[in-house]
Amino acid sequence: MLYFVANDRGIMTLSHQPAAKGVNVRSEAVDALLSRHGRDPHALVQILRELQESAGWLSRESLESIAGELGLTLAQVEGVAGFYRFLHTRPVGQYRVLFSDNITDRMLGAEPLMADLCRRLAVEPGQPRADGLVSVSRTSCTGMGDQGPAVLINHRHVLTRLDGSRVAQMADLIQSRVPVPQWPAEWFRVDDNIRRADVLLGTPQQPGAAIAAALARGAQTMLDEIKRSNLRGRGGAGFATGLKWELCRDAPGSAHYLVCNADEGEPGTFKDRVLLSRHADAVFEGMSLAALVVGAQRGFVYLRGEYRYLLEDLLAVLQRRRAQHLLGASIQGHAGFDFDIDIHVGAGAYVCGEESSLIESLEGKRGTPRIRPPFPVEHGYLGQPTTVNNVETYCAASHIALGGSAWWAHIGTAKSTGTKIHSVSGDCERPGIYEYPYGTSIRRMLEDCGARDTQAVQVGGPSGVCISAFEFGRRIAFEDVPTAGAFMVFDRSRDMFEVAHNFAQFFAHESCGFCTPCRVGTTLVVKGMDKLAAGRGSRHDIDVLFELDTLMHAATHCGLGASACNPLRDTIVKFRPAYERRLKSLHFEPGFDLDAELSIARRMTGRDDPAAHLENAR
Amino acid sequence: MTVTRDGPSGDPTLFSLDGEDVEFRPGETILQAAHRAGRYIPHLCWHPEFRPHGSCRLCIVKVDGRAGAACTVQAAPGQEVESNSEQMNASRKTLLQMLFVEGNHFCPSCEKSGNCLLQATAYEMGMEGPHFEEFYPDRPVDASHPDILLDFNRCILCELCVRASRDVDGKNVFAIGGNGIGTHLLVNSESGKLVDTDMALSDRSASICPVGVILPKRRGFVIPIGERRYDVKSVAEPDNQEAS
Repeated sequence: MLYFVANDRGIMTLSHQPAAKGVNVRSEAVDALLSRHGRDPHALVQILRELQESAGWLSRESLESIAGELGLTLAQVEGVAGFYRFLHTRPVGQYRVLFSDNITDRMLGAEPLMADLCRRLAVEPGQPRADGLVSVSRTSCTGMGDQGPAVLINHRHVLTRLDGSRVAQMADLIQSRVPVPQWPAEWFRVDDNIRRADVLLGTPQQPGAAIAAALARGAQTMLDEIKRSNLRGRGGAGFATGLKWELCRDAPGSAHYLVCNADEGEPGTFKDRVLLSRHADAVFEGMSLAALVVGAQRGFVYLRGEYRYLLEDLLAVLQRRRAQHLLGASIQGHAGFDFDIDIHVGAGAYVCGEESSLIESLEGKRGTPRIRPPFPVEHGYLGQPTTVNNVETYCAASHIALGGSAWWAHIGTAKSTGTKIHSVSGDCERPGIYEYPYGTSIRRMLEDCGARDTQAVQVGGPSGVCISAFEFGRRIAFEDVPTAGAFMVFDRSRDMFEVAHNFAQFFAHESCGFCTPCRVGTTLVVKGMDKLAAGRGSRHDIDVLFELDTLMHAATHCGLGASACNPLRDTIVKFRPAYERRLKSLHFEPGFDLDAELSIARRMTGRDDPAAHLENAR
Repeated sequence: MTVTRDGPSGDPTLFSLDGEDVEFRPGETILQAAHRAGRYIPHLCWHPEFRPHGSCRLCIVKVDGRAGAACTVQAAPGQEVESNSEQMNASRKTLLQMLFVEGNHFCPSCEKSGNCLLQATAYEMGMEGPHFEEFYPDRPVDASHPDILLDFNRCILCELCVRASRDVDGKNVFAIGGNGIGTHLLVNSESGKLVDTDMALSDRSASICPVGVILPKRRGFVIPIGERRYDVKSVAEPDNQEAS
């Protein structure tokens, strides 16, 4: 039996013993939580996340109890809890304020706002206040790049468009212990900001229409249609969707699974948030017809923890679709077509956007990428054939089911058919969501969003490519500039070194820690860039950063490490002056500041005259 | 179109490792086949008794020009594998330097010195210094167990102890915790201390550590430095590629 008890800090934890004073005992709730997940160890991440929602943090006692109930060891559960950035195995503030730390948030003034909040609340970043009331930290991009600076509170409430007056009021509300749901509703407004709609965002769909079209065609013809459309995955890698479905369908297994990758973690990307807010039916519809093709009866949406606020609405859509016979047994009365969808909420781990890490996480484990091959289409969730596609890919599939492959394939280019949705942020007048046919030039997109005096665009997020002004004629397409959907604009007032520095910090923060080159290399890159930022670097340091890039590209276990140095390499090559003006000297390598090292000797001898300093100092 | 490829001499059971034929069996990885043939591809987290892990990346090779870990890439007929080349060994040296600066490795005072796979491999790869600035992490030792010392300062996260304890000993004494540069070895007990586990000196996990994390107590310098495994014979020798 498990009990909720308040510890000496007033924070709820789990215990084998009921609370001494007989208060706050909610063992039934915990039992219900475990029962709801069938005491399945594969649901561990969900169980820990939900437990934390009610308990505030995960005490060692609670981990031990969960381990016992699920037949796992304490260290296994501790290892999983310690992996996810949003799970806390140490006390955190009752108000956990996380500032989105993407470069676009910083450009909108996030850093001074965070400093101001910390000052007002007398709290150190990353440390809970002594009274346990509040903790303030940074987190990776929360997917609000078009309406930042953004803040996430208690891993649940999203605040957009933060400014000085809101920070001042927020500090007062926290200080007065006003519950977050009672804060001004306007602060939580999340806009869709759809600036340009094409077929995906602009064509209304009747729920069930795409499934009916797929059923009318039959599974094989539907697959042929997807293959003929040349639809390629929208998550970045661009694998042919039809081929993936076919490989999965043909792979032997006791069950086939379907996963929708809504772990939209690439900084500067927020188009899946809008698709899920506005076009959830089209996404679920695409999953359902994919299930028909591959023969899956169970599907998952892996929703990133930052989008937890969407969960209730999405569950309601799923429930409505069950009532409409669009999910569940015998969908649309078609005997044998049984399919349903669960939502798995992530807990803060960018690497889980990689499909094999995502599956590990779905299985209740640390999100470490698997050795591939075998690929998930053969050996995925619970070792069974599993199709993992991006939110936008499923959405596109539903439109292809309705419009047909010929209609889809005539949009875009021959190698990149259809449209792509872009999340535009940074230095432009109209940030937001833009849908264009493939083949659209970067220059055209910059004009449409009202970008002026643009120095560079980071396409596809930190793991994508940095495009400089002389390349703006290039086109968004798998054969030219591929993208997972981020489009961050930097005008000439921006320092591209700062951009690359922010991205380096992101990768170091998000490395899963499994393989040597990524675990150590991402940290070495940050240290190297810190050294340059402090004005202590030399040309040798730039060469070392280049070497790290080469090694990490070749030697890492997964794509996170391989692409971790992309922004570094791009900006060194294209914006080298941004690096060189930080160098102490272009040739000399100062391991340390010799004159500064003499300060102790000067203090001891009571001297500070010019002769007590090295020639070049002062 | 189906491409049928044969070994260097048209043999479907051969691939080429640095220009010399290596025979492989169906299902073997490049590293398994090379190891069985007595060839040396540097490795730390791979061990012939365990399934491939792929975390240390020391066995990086180029397979038909493409980089991969020899412990995870399946051998296939006709593969051209580049391993003992200047470029691959330079990558390995950098990976070793990363492991050295990440932890606290003071070979002269380490009981494992001379028997350590990390140290031996670093010598073999011509590593003469750390190259990067040391991180000097704070990692307290666990001396709670009566017979076994845990010195986490030297951990390279190969997970051999995790695997040995789980798969051979059936005890699950170890697990991996944290993330990123904070990834670390966990001990499975309420106190987090080894003394509160059922680990015994006779367990495979007590002898598997390739570096000096898991050490038997009261056995210091039984074999003098200078006469130890890698003092007398290179790690590249066919029967000397595993420290444990």
